[in-house]
Amino acid sequence: MATSATIHSHAAPLGFIRKYIFSLDHKVIGLQYYFLALVAVFVGMFLSLLMRVHMVWPTAVLPLVGEIKPETYLQLMTMHGTIMVFFVLTTAPQGGFGNYFLPIQIGAPDMAFPVLNMLSFWTTFIAFVVILAAFFVTGGAPLHGWTGYAPLSALSNSGPGEQLGADLWITSIAIFCIASLMGALNFITTTLDLRAKGMTMMRLPLTVWAWFVTAILGLLAFGVLLSAGILLLLDRNLGTSFYVPLVVVNGQIMGHKGGSPLLWQHLFWFFGHPEVYIAILPGMGVASQLVSTFSRKPIFGYKAMVYAIMAIGFLGFMVWGHHMFMSGMSPYTAFAFSLMTMAIGVPSAIKTFNWLGTIHGGRVRFQTPMLYAIGFVSLFVSGGLSGPFLAQPVLDIPLHDTAFVVGHFHLIMGVAAIFGMFAATYYWFPKMFGRMMNETWGRVHFVITLIGTYCIFMPMHYLGMAGQPRRYSQFTELAYLQHLMPLNRFMTYAAIVTISAQLIFVLNLFWSMFKGPKASDNPWEATTLEWITATPPPHDNFGGHTPVVNHGPYEYGVPGAPRDYVMQTDPATVASH
Amino acid sequence: MGLALLAIIWLITFVSTYFFVAQTWWLPHGASTSTPWIDHQFALTYVLMGIVFVAAQGALGLFVWQYRDRGSASKVTYSHGNTRMEVVWTALTAILFIGLNLMGSPIWASERFAPADADSVPVEVTGMQFAWYFRYPGPDGKFGRTDPKLMDPSAGNEAALGLDTTDPAAKDDVVTGTMYLPVNRQVNLTLRAVDVIHSFFVPQMRFKQDAVPGLAIHMHFTPTEVGDYEIACAELCGLGHYKMHGMLKVVSQEDFDKWLVTKEAEKQ
Amino acid sequence: MATLSSPVSIDVAKTGQGGGGVRPPAYGGGGDGRGDGSPDYGARLRRLRLGLAIGLTSVTMIFVSLTSAYVVRRGLPTLDERTNTYVRDWIPVDLPITLLLVNTTLLLVSSIAAELARRQITRQAALAPIRSIPGVSLGEGKGFPWLGTTVVLGGGFLVGQWMAWRELADRGFYLATSASSSFVYLLTATHAVHLAGGILVLLYASAVSLLHTPVEARRVVVDVTAWYWHFMFLLWLYIFGLLWFVR
Repeated sequence: MATSATIHSHAAPLGFIRKYIFSLDHKVIGLQYYFLALVAVFVGMFLSLLMRVHMVWPTAVLPLVGEIKPETYLQLMTMHGTIMVFFVLTTAPQGGFGNYFLPIQIGAPDMAFPVLNMLSFWTTFIAFVVILAAFFVTGGAPLHGWTGYAPLSALSNSGPGEQLGADLWITSIAIFCIASLMGALNFITTTLDLRAKGMTMMRLPLTVWAWFVTAILGLLAFGVLLSAGILLLLDRNLGTSFYVPLVVVNGQIMGHKGGSPLLWQHLFWFFGHPEVYIAILPGMGVASQLVSTFSRKPIFGYKAMVYAIMAIGFLGFMVWGHHMFMSGMSPYTAFAFSLMTMAIGVPSAIKTFNWLGTIHGGRVRFQTPMLYAIGFVSLFVSGGLSGPFLAQPVLDIPLHDTAFVVGHFHLIMGVAAIFGMFAATYYWFPKMFGRMMNETWGRVHFVITLIGTYCIFMPMHYLGMAGQPRRYSQFTELAYLQHLMPLNRFMTYAAIVTISAQLIFVLNLFWSMFKGPKASDNPWEATTLEWITATPPPHDNFGGHTPVVNHGPYEYGVPGAPRDYVMQTDPATVASH
Repeated sequence: MGLALLAIIWLITFVSTYFFVAQTWWLPHGASTSTPWIDHQFALTYVLMGIVFVAAQGALGLFVWQYRDRGSASKVTYSHGNTRMEVVWTALTAILFIGLNLMGSPIWASERFAPADADSVPVEVTGMQFAWYFRYPGPDGKFGRTDPKLMDPSAGNEAALGLDTTDPAAKDDVVTGTMYLPVNRQVNLTLRAVDVIHSFFVPQMRFKQDAVPGLAIHMHFTPTEVGDYEIACAELCGLGHYKMHGMLKVVSQEDFDKWLVTKEAEKQ
Repeated sequence: MATLSSPVSIDVAKTGQGGGGVRPPAYGGGGDGRGDGSPDYGARLRRLRLGLAIGLTSVTMIFVSLTSAYVVRRGLPTLDERTNTYVRDWIPVDLPITLLLVNTTLLLVSSIAAELARRQITRQAALAPIRSIPGVSLGEGKGFPWLGTTVVLGGGFLVGQWMAWRELADRGFYLATSASSSFVYLLTATHAVHLAGGILVLLYASAVSLLHTPVEARRVVVDVTAWYWHFMFLLWLYIFGLLWFVR
């Protein structure tokens, strides 16, 4: 049977190195990305634990770590943000699950360019090693925040860590950009060119739509970050003045002239805003997939969901200035960005309405993947609704650079997106490893994490309204902040509990890989193509056959059908739309 | 499990909303002319968003319980959606969000589009690692020249700014570490930064603006109550960011004049 | 690259021979029947061209962001601390126009050579099945080494760019001399790096021809690289135009 299999498929490789290290199989590469992200998230969480402890007990001497100085706090904070945004949020949902399941869900035997895929993982890995190296060089990691505003990030004497550490940080990000661009190329080509017969664009699962649009965002955004980083490296090391005007640091005139700090912000946020949509869209795709599957009902408004994903992607490139309302940018420009930002709330709202509309009238099953999908919806609502505050420049005046912003983006990226990853893990674990994860421990993990993360991040909104600035290593110097310390301490306790509870997830994950009950090919009775393969899928996914698609992805509860679900490959005679 | 989910979601919603409504931790007392407008827009936003928040979380909790799988008792209502409802709620959302934004824009315009009043008090605010300096132009009303070559932060106020005393206009400039302003008069701020980006944030004036090297940014606000107000730096500027604070003292016009005269006299 | 050359079973590509312009059906790979086991080169070509177009989008974004930075910086005044006024400090760079025009010509000719190489190997790939019939001889020689010519001319361009940088330095414009000079070096160097990448791929394509890979497989590589090369030429025209007209 004719397919894309004929174009590039490779015989299943022999040898440990070709099979597990430099594998060309998208499934292995997906797992490599996933486990890289797992390591990264634990590094990132550990950093945030140290941060939260220091914020409320600044003089504490911690075991192993010792005393945390203000500059150390900022270094932990910078690396926390950078590692989490790049090596967790941009890696696991897209590189991890996207790599594993996009080809299968469209009926392809692999990605369009398997060698490029392998290279993009190992390039990401190198970027991770480089950024971790920043901790160990003289001066340590940079302290300029994940946003790296110039001139702070452009001057080697602006603070500790701003010498080699900052150069390693930029280099790591530049390498990561290249890895992401390679991945984006692969995802887009694959989605456009390798779909099986009958798999039209409007029959694609919403997970695929999400990965596809995310890849387009990455394709267009990462090049800009790469440019920004190159300019920063030049300013730091070769005396150019792209970002740095005449400045005097501690009485010493630096050799720069005429540069614009706002140029960095424009370039960075032109990337940075699409980046946050890159972080959340795959989670939205997973949420749509799971809400439909576990409500036994088609997704409410499939077309609207597709248009909403596209609208979010498109508008995502038009709102970057909302990070810059206070920056000295023209207030007229601010107004324009503000309108676009309010506009982007509309497709996000559509998606929320549609998730609710899917559950309404359904038959909800509460297995762990669904718990996380429901949690995702709740967290997305919470995190999303603080957006309209920040989108209004006049309200951004009291709220910019306060804990309010930190609460907003953590609820969305740091919790909702992570819930998307948890949901995806519990959902696809049976297919990837042939075993089920433990339901009871899944529920325990879910309840503790949901309540715990709300306890950590919801209060940040109150703190921000009260004027608590962000990126402060401690709050001892301002009288008006003292009454906020009890709430800060509560959040730290919540963080300690919640971070500890993540061990439950890791234990469940690894224990179930070896000892979990064996899974059937389709334990969730789901309709998309990954559930027709063997478990785990063979090297070319479909065992030499090519699927032919006759139905849309969410045909649950079809009246007159023999079962309450119609798989995408079921014969066309089974009633559906 | 459906009931447990409903309980958890509704509990989280209730507790979160409670603390918003009770204003347990809230915007600090505002003492500027922009306060009523900003606070009103803030209240409008949080009431509207609060309603959406409660409705959405409430519906989520309700639906997961109401439509839980009860075995043969449950029937799925097969549907791909409802285009009319989509259009309606999309339009309503757009009107809500965009309307909210447009309502706030006149305030933004008055704060930022219009220049300072003619009779405002000119003050130059300069941020550097890790202190704020305030410069008053003195009787001649002109800010004198500063020179980067003359900057010496360790030598105090005038030297930190690199005030060039060979310039006659600079001789009478007053530089302090504490900001004094007369009540009920607009201040015409010029914001500058010497090394990295800082941000001049006075929560009780509902005022914030980044101070950017290479730019002299003009802003204004009008304090309406006498008192002492803390100034915080609101843009990461290095290891001392958390302790880069200042104090704004708003006093009567009389007291302000007296203070300024004293400072100017010290310069002789 | 194993994926391009490993022989795989199953399908004959009816569309795979010669006409790279034919668009096969929207989903699935090449033809419809079971075949003699040769890979579907037509589909592979189409896929690589698609991949190239997508990849070039990201390259375009790099140059869009550099252009935007350039244009904005050119018009941006900066605060003169001493006079407390905004001044413009953009100094137009004294570009070595003659040298750059020579380089442009070199690159143009190399692009023509690349196109001729592309068409040459397309013909060879189209005729390959006939050649494989025992006893048939088409009498064609090896043909002019257009591929090698492209590499040499491309190398010449890079050498010429290097000479242009030396000339700039002689005229007092180094990387950090002024914002304008920084951009001149940055834009031309970024382009040169991408061009060098193209040369490496062309060298690979040339080397591979010595290794007896099927001509259809080599054709795919040369075709895609030639398109990449044309893009690099057009990109150079754009950069040159920007640096000259938006001085």
